[in-house]
Amino acid sequence: MMKTKTMQKIIYALFFLCVSQLVQAKLEIEIIQGNASALPIAIIPMQWRASDPPPLTGVSEVISSDLYRSGLFDPLDEQDMVDRPVDAESIRYGTWRLLKVDYIVIGQVRDAPGGTGYDIVYQLFDVHTQEALLSQITTVGIGDLRFGAHRVADAIYEKLTGVPGAFSTRIAYISATGIGKDQNYQLFVADADGFNPQAVVGSPEPLLSPSWSPDGQSLAYVSFEKGNSAIYVQNVATGQRDLVSTGKGINGAPAFSPDGRYLAMTLSASGNPEIVIRDLVTGQKTQLTQHWSIDTEAAWAPDSQSLYFTSDRGGKPQIYRIPVTGGNPSRVTLEGEYNARASISPDGTRIAIAHGRGNEYRIAVLDTDTGRMRILTPGVLDESPSFAPNGSMILYATREGARGVLSAVSVDGNVRQRLILTEGDVREPAWSPVIR
Amino acid sequence: MNTTWRFMLALVIAISISACKTTEPATETTTDVTDTKPVTDVTTAAAPDPRDYTDARNFDNSESLLSKRVIYFDFDKSEVRYEYRPIVAAHAAYVSAHGSARVTLEGHADERGTREYNLGLGERRGNAVSGLLSAGGAMGTQLDTVSYGEERPVCRVSDDSCWSQNRRVEIVYTAR
Repeated sequence: MMKTKTMQKIIYALFFLCVSQLVQAKLEIEIIQGNASALPIAIIPMQWRASDPPPLTGVSEVISSDLYRSGLFDPLDEQDMVDRPVDAESIRYGTWRLLKVDYIVIGQVRDAPGGTGYDIVYQLFDVHTQEALLSQITTVGIGDLRFGAHRVADAIYEKLTGVPGAFSTRIAYISATGIGKDQNYQLFVADADGFNPQAVVGSPEPLLSPSWSPDGQSLAYVSFEKGNSAIYVQNVATGQRDLVSTGKGINGAPAFSPDGRYLAMTLSASGNPEIVIRDLVTGQKTQLTQHWSIDTEAAWAPDSQSLYFTSDRGGKPQIYRIPVTGGNPSRVTLEGEYNARASISPDGTRIAIAHGRGNEYRIAVLDTDTGRMRILTPGVLDESPSFAPNGSMILYATREGARGVLSAVSVDGNVRQRLILTEGDVREPAWSPVIR
Repeated sequence: MNTTWRFMLALVIAISISACKTTEPATETTTDVTDTKPVTDVTTAAAPDPRDYTDARNFDNSESLLSKRVIYFDFDKSEVRYEYRPIVAAHAAYVSAHGSARVTLEGHADERGTREYNLGLGERRGNAVSGLLSAGGAMGTQLDTVSYGEERPVCRVSDDSCWSQNRRVEIVYTAR
């Protein structure tokens, strides 16, 4: 009797362990390499004045971890806050100067007028000048408090760095679980901090190459669910999807033009992979490249007037550029034996690439003005770089043992963070545009 | 009593030894339902000539090149190495002799390099095998190429022993 009861307890314990692991299946974040010049800031816990009970993770905690993740800020631990001012009058600036804090954020959360959500009312002060740098109200819906906190973090980030924040954006990625016949692939969309992961589509056959539409509403991706590669475009919110390309051979590497007019694809119906653009209004397809080599992985210049792509026409994979009107491609990467899978910064001045040398693949950034290339990551199998919509960080896929994980690196290479999905082999991150 | 016991023991040993002998070749050949058939069936049926590449029974005959259906490649290369050409030629002989035969060439790459480029590389490898099959008499309508790039490895360790197994074309008969 006793034994069976103990067994039952163990089984229950194991069951709950499994359940809790499932619940925790989210991206965890850890800064691998910090920045010594990070700005010291105190985000005071916000007063909860709404009629609903407060959430488990406070708004100020979300803001703090966003700013910390950027590598540019050093938020004060909550336990080190000797004082918790609620309004401008109660801030004792001398105390905060002693704590070596340069900036302080105070605020409260209250019901939005009309009762359909919350108002996050907050102020940012410079501890040294005692000046209010920001004094704003961010209004969000009932379930969007975390999103609201990301918006506040975006505003603080922009005020203090001069660059718009990218915390209220999202990321898409592919996760593979199981081995052999039990393999399952899922396309996920999560908040930029890894929370709130939601499966967009799942398949026992490979899924790859997710690419956001410029309005952040849809994803193009490649699925092998019909036996061969095919390109789909799916609305993230409604799940409604369209089969865009299912020709003979490869249907791969979809990429929306930033102006939303075209979808670039790699199609090999002609016999070998070529870059083809499809006019999303007229449906008309135009083949841009014409070469016996592998031409693939199109990435658009920000003005939608030209495309970068990978080609081995020179013997090894290198990045080339071609006008949207066609013509002769010009070679962009000149150093190294393997440069592929370009991601273009929003201002077009930098190109992130997977840079291979021997058996090592790292993320490198090429400056388009100077032509200089910098290696940003330690390798050894780093790939799929994706620029943040504010150009500050590059998300990429790397390995930890046999498992794929996601990491992000600042464009100067000084700050690196790891995002781990607790389950599965995670790869091919795609950072969304800014969702307004 | 004692002699009967000894006899029984000897019989058991003999049976177990012979059992070992018969199972040995079975473990060497790839497991197949035909292996479980009674021994008499196999001995009465005439064994196929392993070099007769038009005989479908040779798909399961480990002596025959038709039983080999995976071609391996060098890194970032799509040339079919000389050692694999006789295998491809054997399949070309079969496919050209059987108009109803249909073959899908599944091209694969190892994990190094980018996923979409590797899709291209897998297709190029599939096309290389497809081209040799055509040269050997197969009709274009009998052949199909699908590239899986690096998405379907047979081995998941990041070293050369594994990568060399993953850089491959699998010759898959969808109809014989």
